[in-house]
Parts: sequence; C-alpha cells; structure tokens
Amino acid sequence: MNATVAPPGSTQRPEQIKAIPVRHPGRWVAIFVIFVVLAMFAHSVFTNENWQWQFQWQNAFQPPVLHGVWTTLWLTVVSMVIGVLLGVVLAIMRLSPNPVLSSSAWVYIWIFRGTPVLVQLVIWANLGSLYRQISLGVPFGPEWFTFDTRNLVPNVVAALLGLGLNEAAYMSEIIRAGILSVDEGQGEAAAALGLSRMQTMRRIVLPQAMRVVVPPTGNETISMLKTTSLVSAVPYSELFFQTESIGNRTFQVFPMLITASLWYLAMTSVLMVCQYYIERYYARGSVRTLPPTPIQRLRMRLTRADLR
Amino acid sequence: MVKAEQVHKWFGRDEVLKGIDLEVGRREVMCIVGPSGSGKSTFLRCVNHLEKFDSGRLSVDGELVGYRQRGDKLYEMRESEVARQRRDIGMVFQRFNLFPHKTALENVMEAPLQVKRQPKAEVRERAQALLDRVGLGGRGDAYPTQLSGGQQQRVAIARALCMEPKLMLFDEPTSALDPELVGEVLDVMRRLAESGMTMIVVTHEMGFAREVGDSLVFIDEGVVVEAGPPREVLANPQHKRTQAFLSKVL
Repeated sequence: MNATVAPPGSTQRPEQIKAIPVRHPGRWVAIFVIFVVLAMFAHSVFTNENWQWQFQWQNAFQPPVLHGVWTTLWLTVVSMVIGVLLGVVLAIMRLSPNPVLSSSAWVYIWIFRGTPVLVQLVIWANLGSLYRQISLGVPFGPEWFTFDTRNLVPNVVAALLGLGLNEAAYMSEIIRAGILSVDEGQGEAAAALGLSRMQTMRRIVLPQAMRVVVPPTGNETISMLKTTSLVSAVPYSELFFQTESIGNRTFQVFPMLITASLWYLAMTSVLMVCQYYIERYYARGSVRTLPPTPIQRLRMRLTRADLR
Repeated sequence: MVKAEQVHKWFGRDEVLKGIDLEVGRREVMCIVGPSGSGKSTFLRCVNHLEKFDSGRLSVDGELVGYRQRGDKLYEMRESEVARQRRDIGMVFQRFNLFPHKTALENVMEAPLQVKRQPKAEVRERAQALLDRVGLGGRGDAYPTQLSGGQQQRVAIARALCMEPKLMLFDEPTSALDPELVGEVLDVMRRLAESGMTMIVVTHEMGFAREVGDSLVFIDEGVVVEAGPPREVLANPQHKRTQAFLSKVL
C-alpha cells in the first residue's frame, strides 16, 4: 500500500482535465425526428378545413363562452374548497380511535366514491321529486317545521353539493395517505410534550402531510376543471354547455369541442404553475436548499451569458 | 420520584417486561443499560405512558401513570389527563424527532405556547435562554435539516426543558450520532444533571454512566438483573449476565 501525504502549503490549482464529453448522437436524431413529425402535424392541423380555426377564433371569446369559463373556474374552486375541508374532517375521522367516527366516515366514503358523480348531481338537483317535503321534529313522530324541497335547493347549490361532497370522499383518502406518511416519531414527540391529539394533528402532522398531499390534490383540481362539465345535468350552465350549444346551433360540433378543450388546456396550465409554487412552499424544511425555479435558472443562464 | 413495582408488558404473545422493580429518587440520575431487545426503551416509554403497561404499578411523583386509583378499582385515564401528566415529564428521543417545518426556536417554543398557553414574549425569552444554555443561541432561526445531528439533539433537549419538567427521560440520546458529536450532547446532559434534574437515561455510553450517573441499572430479558452505584457495578459486576454484557461493551 502506498499513499503520499500532501506537501504543506500547496496552493497551486491542479490542471483541469480536458476530455471530450460523451457524445449522444441518438438524442440528436430523436430531436430531429420529433421536430419533423411535429411540423407535419402542425401543417396538417392548420391546413385541414375540418378544424375551422377561423370559426373557432370568432367564437372562442364571445361573452357566453367567457362567462362559461368564469363559471367553470369558480365552480372548480368552490367545490375543491368544500372537498378539501370536508376531506380533512373525514380523514381525521377515519383515523380516529373512536369506532363510531371511523365507521361513519368509511360509510360516507364508500357511498360517495361508489356512485357516479352524474347520478349524485341529478339526485341533488331533483331532491324535490324524491322527497316533497323535509321536516324537523321527533323521528317517526310529530313534525314541527316543514320545508318545501322544490325551493330548498337552487341549481347552483345542487351543482356545488354534488361536486363538493363527491370530491370530499376522494380527497379524504389522499389526505389520509398524507397523514400516514408522516413519521410516527413526530406524533410521539408531540405527545411526549403534552400536546393533545387535535393539536398534534393540526400543528405538527397536517402541515407535514401537505408535502405528500399537494401533488395528488393538484391532480384532483385539474380533473375537477373537466368534471364541472357534468353540471349541465342539473341543469347549470358552464363552459362545456356553452360551447356545446354554439356547436349544436351552427352544426360545428367538432370545432367547438376543440375550442372548449383549448380553454381547459389554458386553465390547466395556469393551475400547474400554481401547484409548482405551492409544492415549493411546503417543501421548505424537508430539503436543505430548494432547487432553483425555472425562472431562477433562466436568470442564472442569462447572467452567465452576459459575463462571458 | 419514579417508582416501578412489578411492571409487566406484553406485545401480543411476547412478554417484553417481566416484572421491573426500580425506584428513582429526586435529583437522581439513573442510567439504564442492557442489550438490545432487553426492554429498556420499552420501560422508559411506559414512564410517560407512550406505551401502556399491562401489569404492576408505575408512578411518577406519587401519581399513578395512565390510571386513576379510586378505592379498589383502577380507572383508565382520559387522553387529556395523560397529556397533563406528560407536561411534567420531558423526553429526548434517539432520532431527535424535531418538527422539520419549524425553526429551532419555534420547536422549543411550541409546547409552552400550545399546551400551557403562556404569553409569546415570555416563552420566546425562555426559549432563547435555553438555546443559549445548550450552546445554540445563534442558530434559533435554522431549520432542523440545516443543523448537524448533535445540534438537533441539543435543540431537542432544549425543547423538552422549555416545559419545565420535573423528570427528564433520555432514550439512547447519542446512539444515532457521529462519534465526534456525541461529546457535545453528553456535555449538555452532564450540566443538566449537575443542576439537579431527575433523569433516567437509557444509554450505551458507560463513561457518562460512570461520571454522571448516581445509579446504574442493568436490564436483560425484561428484568432488572443488577443495580447499584455505577463505579461499583462497572468495576465489580456480580451477575454472570452483567459480566458478559460489560465485557462486550467495555
């Protein structure tokens, strides 16, 4: 065995290795092929009359369509808020040592995940035909207050109930997974300090669960954007309903479907950017230093280009 | 301060604690040693009811842990009552268990703010003083991932002390640390012992036990095999099992 001790005070910088980097010819071929295919696709799309780009451009920004976009957005936001809040409650109930709470939550999740959203929307919208009246009183006995259900549930409420309550069932499983992913030692340390179960859940476990909960929740939100199209069964008008009616009226069904899709794509892209920044917020504390954002990386590249 | 009488614990069909008898006096530092799987950590966790013991009696400062005695009958304590008992008992874990989403100072402040509802300014001052005491006064704004293992464990000790406990439990506090970081944590523990805190330390650090401990307890296979002043037990182990264990460790 032979090892040489470095001489003291050696400050001269050793010569940097100048080697030819590994070549990746396959990558360049792939990029070329992809580029050609994309060019061909773009050409066909823009020259094929069936897509009716002129017609789409004329109608994509009409007031009813824009109103539909706005409705889709706030339906998504409100039903996700309902879904997340109720989902947290359900998840905590599922994990509770109290068997009444955990079974009730299980039954809720079973029913609302097990039936189609469309059916749930129709039931909420038509509560009046199922039950003419709802009354408060002694069960199986005298009734004190009576409500006429036909006016109790306006369409917008039915839409939000249908979407929100259904989403809560799915969200509760995502949140339960997030809670389970937090290290057991965290709960033990909190308990050893004397924190109650609720305090531990609210201040220690849930904030750490967010890191695992945010990506699938982003997924659910993006999915909800499109699920809102089902509220046309209530009936309640949003983006899909609006574009569909223009399409049916003008016999241009396919182009209007593409218009709707492009709108959904635009909204999804904005949500994806938001999700990225939300994930970074919750990653703080889990990694030593956060990697640079695409904007930060671009800035670094530009300043390096300036320096050269 | 702590009294254990014939404490038994089963995990399913496995009997882990087979009748632990020991007593820790006020201001005493008891070091518990033993091979892994002997039940020493399990016993420690029974003291603050993180584990429920199945038979026997365990009391801290005269109060039964986890159960209320009324006449002849034992009543299980509610969660809130157990939480109240735990306020006076601090625990330091092998893997630190600091809250990663909070800074060091916030970690230390968390329990007094939430559990004792003390005013924020007062807690902040006390927390900063504790961080100074463990040698991390300037690192209050750092997150746990930005601290070394030894630093994290010292923050964990400060966090437990901020609740002003009358008893401190240490579950192998230096076992997960690099050798060169062990010293700084043992230093803090020694100074804590000198200040008069009652401590139960499960450890493999025989040097610490000899210098700082008032009593050394050797637990093997769920029972106390030998107990006594550390220097005596380490120099002159009476039982064969103690001798066998110490010959491997020392």
